Amino acid sequence: MATALFELALTGYFVAAIVGIIDIFRGGKQSSRLMISLASAGFVLHTVSIVSRYVVGGHLPVTSMHEAASFFAWCIVLIYFFLEIRYKIGIMGSFTLPIVFVMMLAAAFLPRAMAPLSPVLQSNWLWIHTIFAFTGNAAFAVAFGVGIMYLLQEHYLKSKHLGGLFQRLPSVQVLDDINHKLINIGFPFLTMAIISGSLWAENAWGRYWRWDPKEVWSLITWFVYAVIFHLRITSGWRQKRAAMLSIIGFLIVLFTFFGVNLLLKSVHTFQ
Amino acid sequence: MNILVIGLSHKTATVELRERLAFGGDRLEQGLLGLTQLKGVNEAALLSTCNRVEIYSAVRDRSAAAEGVKEFISSFHNIGRSDFEKSLYVHSNSDAVRHVFRVASSLDSMIVGEPQILGQLKDAFEFALSKKTTGVILNRLMKKAISTAKRVRTETRIAENAVSISFAAVELAKKIFTELAGKSFMLLGAGEMAELAARHLVNNGVTDVKVANRTYARGCELAQEFSGKPVRFDDFLNELVRTDILICSTGAPSYVLLKDQMQRVMKERKHKPVFLIDISVPRNIDPAINKLDNVYLYNVDDLQEVVDTNILERKKEAAKAETIIDEEVAKFDHWLSTLEAVPVIVALRQKAEDIKRDEVERFRNRFPDLDKDKMDAVEQLAGSLTNKLIHHPTVALKENGEDREMITFVIKKLYGIDGEDEE
Repeated sequence: MATALFELALTGYFVAAIVGIIDIFRGGKQSSRLMISLASAGFVLHTVSIVSRYVVGGHLPVTSMHEAASFFAWCIVLIYFFLEIRYKIGIMGSFTLPIVFVMMLAAAFLPRAMAPLSPVLQSNWLWIHTIFAFTGNAAFAVAFGVGIMYLLQEHYLKSKHLGGLFQRLPSVQVLDDINHKLINIGFPFLTMAIISGSLWAENAWGRYWRWDPKEVWSLITWFVYAVIFHLRITSGWRQKRAAMLSIIGFLIVLFTFFGVNLLLKSVHTFQ
Repeated sequence: MNILVIGLSHKTATVELRERLAFGGDRLEQGLLGLTQLKGVNEAALLSTCNRVEIYSAVRDRSAAAEGVKEFISSFHNIGRSDFEKSLYVHSNSDAVRHVFRVASSLDSMIVGEPQILGQLKDAFEFALSKKTTGVILNRLMKKAISTAKRVRTETRIAENAVSISFAAVELAKKIFTELAGKSFMLLGAGEMAELAARHLVNNGVTDVKVANRTYARGCELAQEFSGKPVRFDDFLNELVRTDILICSTGAPSYVLLKDQMQRVMKERKHKPVFLIDISVPRNIDPAINKLDNVYLYNVDDLQEVVDTNILERKKEAAKAETIIDEEVAKFDHWLSTLEAVPVIVALRQKAEDIKRDEVERFRNRFPDLDKDKMDAVEQLAGSLTNKLIHHPTVALKENGEDREMITFVIKKLYGIDGEDEE
């Protein structure tokens, strides 16, 4: 059943993302609303599919590449909905739902078999570590979309060509504010994910840090967001740089997530 | 029943003429009541704004009523007919409906898309309603005009963009800061346009107002006007650190704000975004400042360009609006035609029913001994005959064709139906 639900959720997100992209070029309030309803439908199905997988497997479904990508997508949608409810920026979905769809599409192509859990993963640390990691990275994913929106709006204002999405994008200040909040959530969560991960490593393998590729790339990610986090506090509002770094940061997140697993050998590689 | 619109607007009449024909203050009620006294005018409403004077009415005979209304205007305002008749437009039925919908949707306004006119139109109709001078037709016309205007507003972007420099400044400020409430604002120098823009910002919630002027006394005066505080001109750079929006309009022949100065200001304000509006000609703020991050500099030409593109944008949206109006006019026409046809259809049915009843009765008297079954069958036969005979005329009456008036007339004539009671 989980598979069928997953397919339906994927379809929901797909249509929502398409509507979202059309919305960028020729949209209005109605198409934004349609996009949000489609995404909501996808989200409900997606939630049920994750829960049913949890019920069957008996553990948080994040232990295969398929499950991880799917769960990652789910976290992004969750954060997106929080922001949509709080800020009501219809067009925001156009910049986040395509990421969700790509993530889900990647998940769709990855093997879905449910393998028995290896002993190392049978631990409460699985919950702690992954929830921190996924929520943090999902916040970064949304920050990526919002960063693009910021750069677009800043471009409109600076170039004084107020066509395109100018009217439908919120103010640069709001976009920067959202970016700020997302980094404020994402960065501590990533930090916690790294700390809990190393505690877990000590627990499982007797060493905190092994320079495993995933660990290294997570550290690189951490540094990028540390710079944004730091800049915010010390030199005030470096809005444009924060937006650009959020975009770069998320590309590194993507590499850490997919690249490391697919290209490099790591203890985080799924079977 | 016909709908008649007679009026004049900024497009057809000079401001002097509009003033002379305006129904201001008490004269609105007098005019409205006077109109309803006219022969053949069943319902009336009156709109009088600085850009247009329009009389809406539901009348029986179009040309007679139009004549009456013109005569009324002439005597009410004590003006010769030849003085205003050329500037007058007269629309009836579909054209009248379309005109009202276009006016309500602000397609006929001086600044297309400006929202005031809908409110004025609503007020005019509500006033007429309160004086009981409107009826089924004008009430529905108004209801539909409002809903059409709302459709135009939500389905097109006709009213989205600012079309004056000071509104453009406010609009831009909102895309930089979202909320203007709580933002600090400084007026550097003075000048009509700068003051107007300043007033718009203050109306939109800017609270902390500062005025820096070369003549300190003049600065104090202006500061008082905006309930702000005066700042010494030499001090404005320090104040800029704590200012979010600056309007600059000094008469200085060269730049009063240079890039390196602004760079220092930005550093001090921790790169918080700032919106600089340079209304001065020649420019007073070095244009290179726009290249600095988080500084948004607009000069008067930039603002004018924003306004120009917005006006162009509105014109494009107006074309979409016309399509919506076409749809709504068609719907209204249909309603109006059924309204016209309904009494005739009812009369036709009644007539058929009467004939049937009479004939069945006569038949019953001739054959009193007939079985009940057979009698019922005869009655059914009579019913289906009459129904079939009036079926096509009824359909024709319900149809909304060009010739509906003629059809109504012919059917009345052919079936010997008297027109419904007129008065």
